[in-house]
Amino acid sequence: MTIGLGHFLALGAVLFTIGLYGVLVKRNAIVILMSIELMFNAVNVTLVAFSRFVTPKLLTGQVFSIFVITVAAAEAAVGLAIIISVYRHRETADAQQFNLLKW
Amino acid sequence: MSDPVLAVIFYLLAAVTVLPALGVILTRNIIYASIFLVISFSGVAGIFVILNADFLAAVQVLVYAGAIAVLIIFAIMMTHNTMRANLGNQQAWPALVITGALLVVFLAVLLQTSWPTSVLAPLETTTGELGKLLLNEFVLPFEVVSVLLVAAMIGAIVISRED
Repeated sequence: MTIGLGHFLALGAVLFTIGLYGVLVKRNAIVILMSIELMFNAVNVTLVAFSRFVTPKLLTGQVFSIFVITVAAAEAAVGLAIIISVYRHRETADAQQFNLLKW
Repeated sequence: MSDPVLAVIFYLLAAVTVLPALGVILTRNIIYASIFLVISFSGVAGIFVILNADFLAAVQVLVYAGAIAVLIIFAIMMTHNTMRANLGNQQAWPALVITGALLVVFLAVLLQTSWPTSVLAPLETTTGELGKLLLNEFVLPFEVVSVLLVAAMIGAIVISRED
């Protein structure tokens, strides 16, 4: 069976949906960040698949993926620093306890 | 991509990517979830190799499986008192319905669109071409991203300081 663009796009869609479910449902803030990283990976797979099948000689999708990886790394670092800082003050990493802005 | 061996390899790598991703959200132990995440990242690196993105596969292993996963494990270690359990909140069923519907919409749109695919062969080694692109066409995002990295580094250090 020929593996075409649709296979990789389906893989990206499934990964993205799994990450989205994790973001919506999980209570631990670090697991929410892990699910966001899953969504980033899904986007990268989709970008590189498009780059390889639609314009195989141009590498625009791969350059975009490099930037996505870089921004994801920066965001993971700052996000985890925030979670650690909040944990120091409130002794919990439960996202349901981060409710100071709730009315 | 019409090799049956390639099909087997693709499904194997897809399983190595998707099943640990399910494990991240379904397992009850948060340490297991982080290990599953590392396996999923490595599976995505394998997918990049099939897609002839060799440099990107190496970057994926270095940055994601190497740095971000270690960062997450350290953060789990530093927030160790509570929430060893990987619990879900009360919105599990509505979220399942909504994300299931979203997945159906995604698959319907992605698999039914006739994408303008090209039959040209991809580049064999992408590293040189990526280097040229990053310094000629994409030099502005490249420089902006380096400023972003410095800002993120300083921000992470300042935010997580004990004072």
